[in-house]
This record gives sequence, structure tokens and C-alpha cells, in this order.
Amino acid sequence: MANGKNINKTMNGAQLLIKLLELQGVDTIAGIPGGANLPMYDALYESSINHILVRHEQAAGFFAQGVARTTGKVGVCFATSGPGATNALTAIADAKLDSIPIVAIMGQVSYSLVGTDAFQEVDTYGLTLPITKHNFLIRNIKELIKVIPEAFRIALSGRPGPVVVDVPKDVQLQTIEVTDLPEEIKIISEKIEDPQTINRIKEAAEMINNSKKPVLYIGGGVINAEASNHLAELAIKSNIPVTCTLMGLGAFPPENPLYIGMVGMHGARYTNLLMHEADLIIALGVRFDDRATGKIEKFCPNASIIHFDIDNAEINKIKDTDIHVVGGLKEILEKMIPSITNNARKEWLEELDSLKNKYPFIMPSKSDILHPLNIIKEIGNILSEDDIVATDVGQHQMWSAQGYPVKKPRTFLTSGGLGTMGFGLPTAIGAALANPDKTVVCISGDGSILMNIQEFATLADLNLNLKVIILNNGHLGLVRQQQELFYNKRFIASKFATNSDFAAIANGFGVKGIKIENAENALEIIRKHIKEPGACVIDVPVSPQENVLPIVPPGKANYEMIGGEE
Amino acid sequence: MDNNSYCVIEITVKNHPGVMSHITGLFARRAFNLEGILCGKIGDSEDSRIYLLVDNDERLDQIIKQLQKLYDVMEVLICKTCKPSVFSQISEIVKNSDCEI
Repeated sequence: MANGKNINKTMNGAQLLIKLLELQGVDTIAGIPGGANLPMYDALYESSINHILVRHEQAAGFFAQGVARTTGKVGVCFATSGPGATNALTAIADAKLDSIPIVAIMGQVSYSLVGTDAFQEVDTYGLTLPITKHNFLIRNIKELIKVIPEAFRIALSGRPGPVVVDVPKDVQLQTIEVTDLPEEIKIISEKIEDPQTINRIKEAAEMINNSKKPVLYIGGGVINAEASNHLAELAIKSNIPVTCTLMGLGAFPPENPLYIGMVGMHGARYTNLLMHEADLIIALGVRFDDRATGKIEKFCPNASIIHFDIDNAEINKIKDTDIHVVGGLKEILEKMIPSITNNARKEWLEELDSLKNKYPFIMPSKSDILHPLNIIKEIGNILSEDDIVATDVGQHQMWSAQGYPVKKPRTFLTSGGLGTMGFGLPTAIGAALANPDKTVVCISGDGSILMNIQEFATLADLNLNLKVIILNNGHLGLVRQQQELFYNKRFIASKFATNSDFAAIANGFGVKGIKIENAENALEIIRKHIKEPGACVIDVPVSPQENVLPIVPPGKANYEMIGGEE
Repeated sequence: MDNNSYCVIEITVKNHPGVMSHITGLFARRAFNLEGILCGKIGDSEDSRIYLLVDNDERLDQIIKQLQKLYDVMEVLICKTCKPSVFSQISEIVKNSDCEI
């Protein structure tokens, strides 16, 4: 054990836990106290750690995600036993699917009562087992000293993910003589030295050099690996078009002519069509998710596949590869780029241009001021490239992915894998607190915002530089759209019978609320309030008839997309 | 029992009360078939050995990779010398227990 700190002190489990978190560099924890974690809160009383009292444990988990997604560091949340733990589950599962490093520390009933159906007892260990990278139930105070730094190491290392530590109340109250404590975990990426691996990287370079129609298919793994600069170097050196998944947005600058937008279900026509023509797919930090690939048997049928990923289990899981390397993307690309030859790829880029001209992404008319895509484009004009956008889940999310120019990694926060409505607001709050110098905009819908609307109260507490834009169509828009397109317009349970007044609700929570009544001056009002420091909620009426297009119908191949044509 | 249609995976794990849930939970949530389990401590150590009887099909590679990712799993091997038929004889092997309630 590294001597992070010599203290020679008698501490209880809760004090020890807080001390260990301080030593891991934790400065903020979101959570809610309750019976089984009160000793931890009592120990927090004497700590330098800033505690954010949210209004629902799910929001504590998403707050931690907001910290983790924007900084790459571990986000930490607290919840009590029973309902506290079950409330947090959705945010933990969300972090698992998007590979986000968070550590959730739960209070549990005393270990002597575990298994007796005690008050507020739930099997947190069993519940979190399938939705975490790993989980721990602490049975003895001594385990804390090893487990807490280990939880941080697990969350951050390799493919990141959430870790749950369940701490029974009697363990929090046990005492221990502590002499020295472990220091902050530092993750050191493994160098690639194995000659076989180096050979395969060279073969991959060779394959890229010899290919006529390569496409770089980029996922969140590139952002987690902080390999965007290496990606840009590779793409530019060999003139390879780049497409991103939803989680990969921001890994490559959208203004670069090689950028062909988001792939898959709501990708532009030319993007999916170009991929269909590819003779080589270079898949970096992706998992061939069905929303990105469409019907997998028909995904890039003429292409060989190179797959680089940190997670061995993703290799050959969905799509068989021709060459794969498991490891850190930065290290792999560093080794590969010197073997890549400069290549103009004139013909391939001409094909790209011609497809792009023939099947471009169709923007709505500028006169349709309140079309969500026009509003989102305007938000893109107002914000700087370092500012942060968090989305909720639904049509507004897909329009944001299509229309918001994500210029840098870690500036676009969205629930990609789990697709959790309610993600946006608490994640944006965590992001705003962790990035006080940036403007944070949460783009939400009237369906999603209601799923964590209680967090307006937390926003009022903190008065962060955070603007919530609610694109309000009075519907569960993505559901309505599916019913229109794929269920014979049999609309059920997708229209809200009443429409809430979100500006009044925000005001009621103590946050400035603005309701846009009509298109006149709408963009100016949005601009003015985004530019003003502080928190506000802007309710924008949008048409319920708009659909996110193009769309690949469920079960179809990407080239079989419908809509989105001139 | 047809020995070729099955495969025995031999894994070494850190022995603690939650480890079996991690293994069986993985098989359930990834929709892998698990036909049989044998498990026991290795001598006086903190480790256990688990033998899993699984279908010998195209998912085997993915099962092994997912098992390798589990924190408590230290080693995963295909047991070439293991006889799948052992699993169908378990009830015979354990019949002489003298435990009474």
C-alpha cells in the first residue's frame, strides 16, 4: 500500500470512508441522506468535500455522470439503503451502458440485520450486480481501506464504468486504528510492446494504405481514450472520411470536410450511403450497436473490418473483424500513424462529394423559425466550442445530435446506450458545477423534463450558469413518430392531455422561467437568455407533427432509410 | 451424453459470498446456456474452482471473454480433459451425504 497519508488515529468506518474519498481527490458528492447512511453524512460534516443535496437519488447518479462525462474523472454519489439505492439504479445502469466512471456509495442496514427484511433493506448488491462494472458489499471496516481506492481504479481503468460500494451501517460505526492510507489512484495506460500486436497494427496500416474506400467509424471509446488528436492525424494524413456514433460526437471537428456526420438510424442519407460503399471500415472505440449499424447482416457489406477497442469482449461480438487490436486507442494509433502513407484519395472523396450533393442532410426552411433543428442550430451559433450541451432523450436528442455542431470531446452529454428520459437536467447540473467557467445548456423535451423536474430545486439552490431549453410539443414525440410511421397512425399514449406551464413551474422552484409564445423574436429571446449569466428555463413551443428524419425503420438496413429527402 | 456438443469451462475465482451470483447472473443476462455447475474451494486457499458445462457453439468465445471481464475471475480455461458426463453423474456422486435436519 502506498503511504498516501500517515495519520495514526482512531476512526469509525464512516470517517475512514470520507477520508479515503478525500484522498482520491473527490471534491464534490451529490446525494441524499437517510437512516442507513447518516454516519457518512456525520463524517462529511468535518470534511472539505462539497455535498450537493439533490431531490432524488437518480439525480445524484446523473449529477455524478455530469462530473465524469465532462472531466473524465470519477463522479461520486451517495444514497441510503432501500428506496435510496433503488432510486439510483437507473443512473447507474445508464453509466454502465455508456462506460462512464462513477462510484455510488450506498448505506445499507447493519450487517447483523442483512437478510432479515429489515426496514429499508433491499439487496443492493444483487440489484446492482448486472448494471455495474463491479460491486462490493463491505462486511468489515478493514475492507474499506482496500475497496475504496480499488473502486476508483475499476471505474477508471480499461473500459470505464460504474462501481457500487454498499456499506452497512454497523460497518460505518465500527472503529479502527488507522496508521496510513492509500494515495490517489493513477491510471497508467499500457504501452504496446508485444511484437505480435505491433505486427497486427502494421498489417492494419497496410490494409488502410491499400484500401480505396475507407471510412473511420468512431465511438465514445475515442473520447474516453482522449484520442481525438490521433484520430484527426490519421484521418487527415490518409484522407479518410469520418463518421461518429451518438457517443462519438465531438471526437472529430465537424467543420473538417472529411466529417460525414452521425451514422445509423438518424444519420444523413449520404453518410449511410457512403458507408454502404466502403471497402474498409476502421472501427475505433465502438461496439456495433444496432442503432448505429442497422440490420447487421447488411452493414457495410463490401467492407473489411479493422476494430481497435479497449474491451476484448467487443471484438467479434456483433461483427467479425479482419484485423483487431485490444488496447488503448491512443497507444495503438501512435504506433500505427507512422506506417500510414499520405494518400489523396481523390476518387473516394469525389464520390463523397457527389453523394453529399445528391443526398445531403436536409435542413428545414429558415423561415420555419421554431423548427427544432433551427433552434438547435441557433444554440450552436450562440455557444462557444468549449460550452457544454446536455440532452434528454427523444426527438430533441436526435435533432441535437444531427444539428448541434459538437466541436470538442466531452462537450455533448447524452444518454446513448440506455436512452434514459430524465438524464438531461441532473447531468447538466453536475456538468455546470464541475465547469464553472462554461455555459451549460440542457436541451430537453416536455416529456423528458418531467422525469426529473424536481431538480429545478437543486438548480435554484446552486444558481448555476445553466439554461434549460424545453422543446415543447405536448407529446412523447419519438413514440408519436413511430406510431405514425410504423403503427398505421394508431396514436395511443403519446399525447399529453394537459400541457404544463414550465415557465411557471420554474418560477415556482425559484428559477427564472421564460415562455416563448410565438416565432416572433423567439431566437433573439433565446439568445438573450443564454447569454445572461445564471440559471433559466425557456419553454419553446414546437410543432408536434415534425418527425426526426431520415429514419432507418427498425430491423432494416441503414441504406433502407426513409424520409429526409428534398 | 454427447461429449462434442458440450464444453467444460474451468475458472478460478476469488472465493466470497457474491461470486457465484456474478457468474450465474452473467449467463442469465447475456442469454448464454448453462447446463451444469460444479464448484469447490481449492485446498485451504481463498480461491475456488468452478467448472461450467456449456454448449459448444459459436457463442463460446464471447462467454469466455465476458467471464474474463469479471473482477473476481482470475483465470478462464477450456478444460480439454474434463468429461462433460461427470455432470450427469452428480446425483450419484453426492448421494451418500449423512446430513440430517
